[in-house]
Order: sequence, then C-alpha cells, then structure tokens
Amino acid sequence: MLKFTDQHEWLRIEGDLATVGITPYAQEQLGDLVFVELPSIGKKLEKGSAAAVVESVKAASDVYAPISGEITEVNEPLLSEPGLVNSDPMGKGWLFKLKIGEPSEIESLLNEADYNGLIG
Amino acid sequence: MALSIHSNSSDGLQRTSLHALHVELGARLVPFAGYEMPLHYRSGILKEHLHTRAAAGLFDVSHMGQIIVRARSQTLAHAARALESLMPADVLGLGQGRQRYSLLTNSTGGILDDLMLANLGDRFMLVVNASRKDDDGAHLRKSLAETCIVERLQDQALIALQGPLAETVLSTCADISTMCFMEVRSVEIFGVDCIVSRSGYTGEDGFEISIPAAFAEFLARKFLAHPAVAPIGLGARDSLRMEAGLPLYGSDLDTETTPVEAALEWTIARSRRQGGPRAGGFPGEEVILRQLSVGAKRRRVGLRSKERTPIRGGSMLYSDDDSQITIGQVTSGGFGPSVNAPVAMGYVATARSRPGSTISAEVRAKRVPVEVCELPFVEPRYKRRNTTRMGGPC
Repeated sequence: MLKFTDQHEWLRIEGDLATVGITPYAQEQLGDLVFVELPSIGKKLEKGSAAAVVESVKAASDVYAPISGEITEVNEPLLSEPGLVNSDPMGKGWLFKLKIGEPSEIESLLNEADYNGLIG
Repeated sequence: MALSIHSNSSDGLQRTSLHALHVELGARLVPFAGYEMPLHYRSGILKEHLHTRAAAGLFDVSHMGQIIVRARSQTLAHAARALESLMPADVLGLGQGRQRYSLLTNSTGGILDDLMLANLGDRFMLVVNASRKDDDGAHLRKSLAETCIVERLQDQALIALQGPLAETVLSTCADISTMCFMEVRSVEIFGVDCIVSRSGYTGEDGFEISIPAAFAEFLARKFLAHPAVAPIGLGARDSLRMEAGLPLYGSDLDTETTPVEAALEWTIARSRRQGGPRAGGFPGEEVILRQLSVGAKRRRVGLRSKERTPIRGGSMLYSDDDSQITIGQVTSGGFGPSVNAPVAMGYVATARSRPGSTISAEVRAKRVPVEVCELPFVEPRYKRRNTTRMGGPC
C-alpha cells in the first residue's frame, strides 16, 4: 500500500512496517542533496516529530515522522551517496523504515491521486 | 517535511533587464534585496557551481548598485580625496584603469558596505551591494556634497562572466586580452559602449560588464550561445564566494564588525595607516588603527566540518564538544561543491582563531567538531599582472 503526506513524504506499508522517503516533487524542489541525517535504529518517534534531515547546497530541511512508530532500519548508503534521493526518490533513495505504532494514523494519510492533486 | 518552497508572489519586487531571459531559461526566481532574482536554473546549484569552476558561468548581477562619483572641480584627485574621507583605501594612488576592493566605514569602525572602486580616468565608479545601494548613495551624496557629484546608474545592467573560459568567451567579441585582474576599461562590445573589469566574486578569473540595460539581454544571449557558457543563479554565486573565502555583506559583514575583525586588514592601505602620508582621516579611524596595532577581540576564520554535516550561518561555536560557553558564531556556511565538503566562515574569539585548532559547532542541538582554517577553501585563479612572465601581461 502506497501512501503520501501533505509534507511531501511517501510511505510504503507492508504488514506492520512502513518504508518512508520523500517524493519526486520534494527532491526536485530541494535540488541536489549533499547530506542526509538519519534517525538511530530503535528510536521511537511521535507522528510529526523530526525524523531525518535532508540538505541541499543551499538549505537544510527536516523530514517529519509521517506516523508514530519505532525505527527498525535506515538507508545507510545515503550517508555516503545522498544523491540517491534525487536519482531514485521512491526506490534506492528511501530514508528509513519504522514499525507502525498507531495503525489508525494510516487512515489520515493521502492516496496517490490526492497527493498528485495537492502538488498540481 | 518542511519544504522551503519560495512563494511565487513577486509583489513589489523589482526586475532586472534580464528577467524575461531568466524565465525563459527555467530559473527558479526568489526575492533577493528587493529584486526577483534567479536562485538557480534547470541544472541546479551543484552543477552550476561546478560548471563555473570548469568553464564559464553567466551571472546577472544587475541588482547591484553602480554609482559614479566625479569632482565638481573636474579634477579627479579632488574626488579621490573626498572618497578617502569615507574609506581606508588609497584612492589617490589608484591608477587610471585600476580597480580596488574597499570598505565604507562608520564612526565606530564598523563596515557600512564592501564595494569595488574603479578609476575610470575622469570619474570613479563604485559597485556596491544591492541591499545597501540606497543607503550608500545617500551616504556618499550627503558626505561628499560640497566636492562631488554622485550619480546612481539606474539604467545600467551588470553581467558577470566567470570561470577559466571567461576570457576565451569574451575575447570573441571584445578586445580584453591585455587586461589583468582588477583592471577596468571602456570596451566596445557589438558596438555598445561597456565598462569591463577583470574581476568577480567567485575566486575564478572573470569579468564584470556594465552595459546599458537595453542591450543586456542581447549580450547575455550572445554569451549563452557559446558552448562553454551556462547561466548561473545566486545559489551557486553564494557557494562559489564561500569557497573563495569572500565575505557577504549582511551575513559576514555589518555595521558592528570592523575591517580588522573581518580579516580585511589588507584593504587598509599603507598610506592610510599610522606613519603613512595620509594616515587616518576615515570614519572610525581611532578604532580601526588601534585594532591594526593591538588586534581585535574576535576574528573571521574559515571553518571546516570534521563530519559531513554542513554548518550553516547562525550556528553557535564552543571551545569543545562539552563546553557551554560560546566562543563565536558561524556567519555563513553550506556545502562547497568543488571541495566536496561542508565549508563555513564565522567569528571566533581571537585567542581561539589559530588555524588547525578544533572547536565545536552546534547543529540541531548536537555538537559537530569543526577545524579552524585559513581562507580560502579553493585557491583563487585570478590573472594577476605579472611583469616578469613571458608571453603575456598576466
């Protein structure tokens, strides 16, 4: 199941795990990324709290936890190759995986059509 | 995520004569110093930065102020003397066709603006920061009213062509081969009278071309038709100048910062220092000359992140990762595409300004070790005048 947020994140939900990244639109708006900061494994995040940081030449942007949960895995290759977020934002450029804490929060996420309508 | 997508509102913003061209080239336009300016074009900041260092970049810097100062007496030396009352430069000794980087200072030794000053033979030309041009114009007009006529060039665009191939490109339409770094002259380009200086703010060889606004787009298109040239936005202009160790007014320099604190002692001419023929005589001379001999409490330094984390302007600096006592602050920083690492500059207590020492920066409530270093991060490639070398003037 693929979901989106109005904060330009995508989530791929498989069982009780969600893989999170930023959307192609977001990476395009940010420009070439030069640094990615990822959360530590085991960290428990509340929905809406700062989870990761993506930095372009010009600016740093926070990535917020789209739902509550516990970090189970992060995309280590991004630390040496942040450009993967630009070249493959919904594939090799994923940021982190979390164990879903509040399944009810998924209902408030956007589907792909809604998200595409949002960015027009 | 918090996307800092800039609003498309251009309410009240001025446009340069190249605005339509920026739009056509796919620029992302952002407000800057009251102007709607290109942050970057389609290829993005990173590639634009690298292109400038590898070939030639075209920058619209028409938002900057161009100010002409001439003596009411028609004698240039009178205008030079008048300008020396506002800046610690050797203006009298600035030869015709030469340009110099200088500072307007205030009575407490702070910096009102940094600028380029050129001797055009019968007049001086100042290129000042966009954010400061109104204040600079008023300051010059008021301070020099008795001796000089001060005129802002309102209908004059300014185009910078920067990079190792800038000379090759400009040579196709202008006779500039004998010009060296910081030389300035009137040059006819496609039949249009321009003022060309061999200078810039990227650390690269290059030129700045002052051209009547009506012809700016024509010239820009001629340059862009050359395969070596790409349009470059303000984003790369900022990363290029940071790597070159060059301060940005409003970030690294302000009215509370003296030339000595800013590590710009070299802009204070020997002739204006103690023992010089025209010592002092500029605003803030007591503070500045005292600091020249005994030093200042803080100093602008380069800062290298020891991790991959970019350190940006506003970050506080501490003597070590555990200390809670600030020893300074980062004034500008980001990622340097040519050094392929974070670059920053800031002010630290002079006692902590020794290159090679490790201090600590706070980034998002975490500490990052940073090394104090000398500026620049990238060696400049200016074509300085070299009288000993064979085969060319520079």
